[in-house]
Amino acid sequence: MPEARPAAPEVLPRARPESLTDLFVSFTLLALQGFGGVLAVVQRELVEKKRWMTREEFVEEWAVAQIMPGPNVVNLALMIGGRYFGLRGALVGLAGMLVVPLLVVLALALVYAQFAGNPNVAGALRGMGAVAAGLITATGLKLVTALRKHPLGKPLVATFAIATFAGVALLRWPLAYVLLGLGGLACVLTWRRLGGMA
Amino acid sequence: MSITLGAADWLSLFVHYLTLSLLAVGGAITTAPDMHRYLVDERAWLTDPQFSASIAIAQAAPGPNVLFIALLGWNVGLNAGGLPTALLGMTVTMLGIMIPSTTLAYLAARWGHENRELRVVRAFKQGMAPIVVALLVATGWILATGSSYDLGDWPVWAVAIVSALLVWRTRLHLLWLLGAGALIGWMGWL
Repeated sequence: MPEARPAAPEVLPRARPESLTDLFVSFTLLALQGFGGVLAVVQRELVEKKRWMTREEFVEEWAVAQIMPGPNVVNLALMIGGRYFGLRGALVGLAGMLVVPLLVVLALALVYAQFAGNPNVAGALRGMGAVAAGLITATGLKLVTALRKHPLGKPLVATFAIATFAGVALLRWPLAYVLLGLGGLACVLTWRRLGGMA
Repeated sequence: MSITLGAADWLSLFVHYLTLSLLAVGGAITTAPDMHRYLVDERAWLTDPQFSASIAIAQAAPGPNVLFIALLGWNVGLNAGGLPTALLGMTVTMLGIMIPSTTLAYLAARWGHENRELRVVRAFKQGMAPIVVALLVATGWILATGSSYDLGDWPVWAVAIVSALLVWRTRLHLLWLLGAGALIGWMGWL
């Protein structure tokens, strides 16, 4: 029997979690770095360091995680775990994201009462909050490169992105309206473009 | 504060979180106002300071922000008894908020992956991409500005902008940035 030919090399070296333990440990470490939200860390670890997914894949998975009800980052862990190891992987990804951080939060809650009134502690929390805001913004900026080959073309993509930012950040529209309205329109236009290319 | 919870109350708490789970599009934090209405105003199972502290602690701690729901359940349980009921409360609220949404997300992701070549699936995932990326930038903006645009908050803005630039353009470890932010805040410069 002739040997199977090696698959064509991909542009970026791709990796995958080696085992369920690897998955659990990776998500636990990830979650423990995520002060003020885990998303920035997820993007950096999974896309840039571990290369389990490309930026394009990350944005696509994030779109699904975002539109589904429930905590988005937890949905993402569930989906990535499920992609590699099925239901077991999904549960392990979920557990990695929640179990150890839950113990940390409980420990913090137990000591919180002693520091509640301390202005230094309150200031430190405010400082970390400001940094966390910057981290999330930077994650969005980095992912802009994932939009380069978008079927809608740069001008339309930029229009949708700017309209979304203005609606949510400046005008404070409810998220559901933005996702249904702007998101729905973008999906319909993309659907038509994809038909034209096929 | 001390309260009494019967089996019907625990069930009611569980069902309330099951319902909220499916409403939490855009993250669990979007349902926090409704939790306040239910736990503090309607049932009086939690005090207002307990509610606020639960959210603040979970935000400050590492890990997904959804863990504030575990703390809400924990505190309801503590009010109703001791450590065993606190653990029960935490389990009830976390299972309630997680089970419906995670089941749905898992099934949808699997269906989407199995049908990833379908034009409608590709159109959805790619069509949402510009929206999703812009939402991230908008979330950062909202976190940095809070509910008002107060010029007195300029140091907060400066810290947020500098950290955004550093993360965007360098590979500096995120924990250094968070540590620096904590230090600046501790010194009272924000």
